[in-house]
Amino acid sequence: MSVRRQVLAVQLLEIRKRFLGKRAIPVYLLVIFPLMIFGARAFALLLFGVTQSGGLGHDRVMYAALYRTLILRFVVYFGCVAVFVPLFRGDVLDKSLHYYFLAPISRKTLAVAKYLSGLTAAVVLWNGVTLATWLLLYLARGPGALIEMLSTAGGWFELGSYLAVTTLACIGYGAVFLLAGVAYKSPIVPALAILGWESINALLPPILKAVSVIHYLESLCPVSIPPDSGIAILADPASPWVAVPGILALAAILVTLAARKAERLEILYGTE
Amino acid sequence: MISFENVSKFYGEILGVNRVTLTITPGITSLVGPNGSGKTTLMNLMTGLLRPTRGRVTVDGVPSDRPEALMRRVGYCTQYDAFPPGLSGFEFVRSLLRLHGDADAECRRKAAKAIERVGLSEAAFRPVAGYSKGMRQRIRLAQAIAHDPDVVVLDEPLNGLDPMARAEAIDLFRSLAREGRTVVLSSHILHEVDLLSDRVVLVHHGYVVADGDIPGVRDEIQERPMQILLRCDRPSLVASRIFELDSAVEIKLHDDDRGLLVHTRDAEKFYRLLNGLVLEHGVDLETILPADEDVEAVYRYLIEGEGSTS
Repeated sequence: MSVRRQVLAVQLLEIRKRFLGKRAIPVYLLVIFPLMIFGARAFALLLFGVTQSGGLGHDRVMYAALYRTLILRFVVYFGCVAVFVPLFRGDVLDKSLHYYFLAPISRKTLAVAKYLSGLTAAVVLWNGVTLATWLLLYLARGPGALIEMLSTAGGWFELGSYLAVTTLACIGYGAVFLLAGVAYKSPIVPALAILGWESINALLPPILKAVSVIHYLESLCPVSIPPDSGIAILADPASPWVAVPGILALAAILVTLAARKAERLEILYGTE
Repeated sequence: MISFENVSKFYGEILGVNRVTLTITPGITSLVGPNGSGKTTLMNLMTGLLRPTRGRVTVDGVPSDRPEALMRRVGYCTQYDAFPPGLSGFEFVRSLLRLHGDADAECRRKAAKAIERVGLSEAAFRPVAGYSKGMRQRIRLAQAIAHDPDVVVLDEPLNGLDPMARAEAIDLFRSLAREGRTVVLSSHILHEVDLLSDRVVLVHHGYVVADGDIPGVRDEIQERPMQILLRCDRPSLVASRIFELDSAVEIKLHDDDRGLLVHTRDAEKFYRLLNGLVLEHGVDLETILPADEDVEAVYRYLIEGEGSTS
């Protein structure tokens, strides 16, 4: 009971600190960016009658491509950097981490509580973006198209799958960047290194593809992209039975490592 | 009770503190030393913000690396003048109390009580960002005592306080000590420490160089001469008789031919001799004053070497 209250207290404090002030601006810019793109398209199609070639099938493939490139690889990735890295590193730079360390809360619990607060915020924000962009995509063809999508099990499955993939991305990348924030003084370096690795994932041999988060996430995307689209190649997708437990296991390992790192952390603001 | 067992802390190759063995009991204990001497390092070690490179630190038997047990007993008002953004004083104290796992109503009650105790009730609901330095110091103090800890650690707690607030803070420290708590504070305002402390620990270059009450510290450094200032009508006679004592180290005559600064290794012998001079020779003593019986003198003795008092 007491630990649950402590975790909740950390979450409330973190969400207040990180998402209700000026320092949340980069996060909200990342939220606004895809909404502006999809919103502008919907605006153009609905109000100016710009014609859109292809039917709903075309839109599904277009969203699949945009989801992988714009949302998953850019918005969610950098969004998780912005949300999870400051959980510890931001407090060190603010010289306020000691307030947590002076509370009767174990460092392991603190690390998990901070991760959960970041995860809560990330899931809400990036699933919000996923949901809004998906709705805007079909709304652009008129309310009828959106109703058509939502009146079929396939439409709900597609939307639910994207939301699930976004959630898994938050879980996986969140754990990666929580650890980066605890372990590195300049977490942007590992963040860029991981981005580079994730970016070349499609070009890697199968054995190396497995050593990434994006490989499993893309394997779970509900709509595949035709090979001739030139956007993405996923020749050997992982089974959901491997991808989902794989990401969850990776997150558990990384959060455990972050908690162990947090146990060894000292307050040395002067040398940061 | 706070216990340091042969504790050393190194920051890379830089010495923080070295081979500190120390026990701090209830009452007010002051850590005294110049900037960089190791006072804050000792405080951070006893509150678990730092881990010792060697040795062991415990509070009431709880190791300093177990915050979940340690920080129920300990409250620490650090020197770090930083706050979570966007909070009022009340929200700051309440939010951090919630980390203890108490129900919100209990946190509110404790926060209000602690804020009242530091005299900040009127400003409690204003943003901390708008507080003066003294108010920020007081709200941190409220946060440190809000959970009713047995051990209160205060790093330079009088910094930034105006004289009135300073007097109130000193009263608060005394009342915490009267309640049976262990109060550890650091300060470079030696005069205040002298008046306030049951015990002083002198720290220099990472070493504890003396420890005890003021006379106790004097005893600890018996090999060093004690200085006594006296003024009388026949200083030359007194000086010549003092020189006959083998414990006399140095005597300085003042230019006005009435003052005398005596360095002696045995104050008892000196005072007995002085009594004899008054009785046998009718020496008229105007003033007799231990010149280094306050912390500052002892501190200067230890830090700068002998003979610095004049």
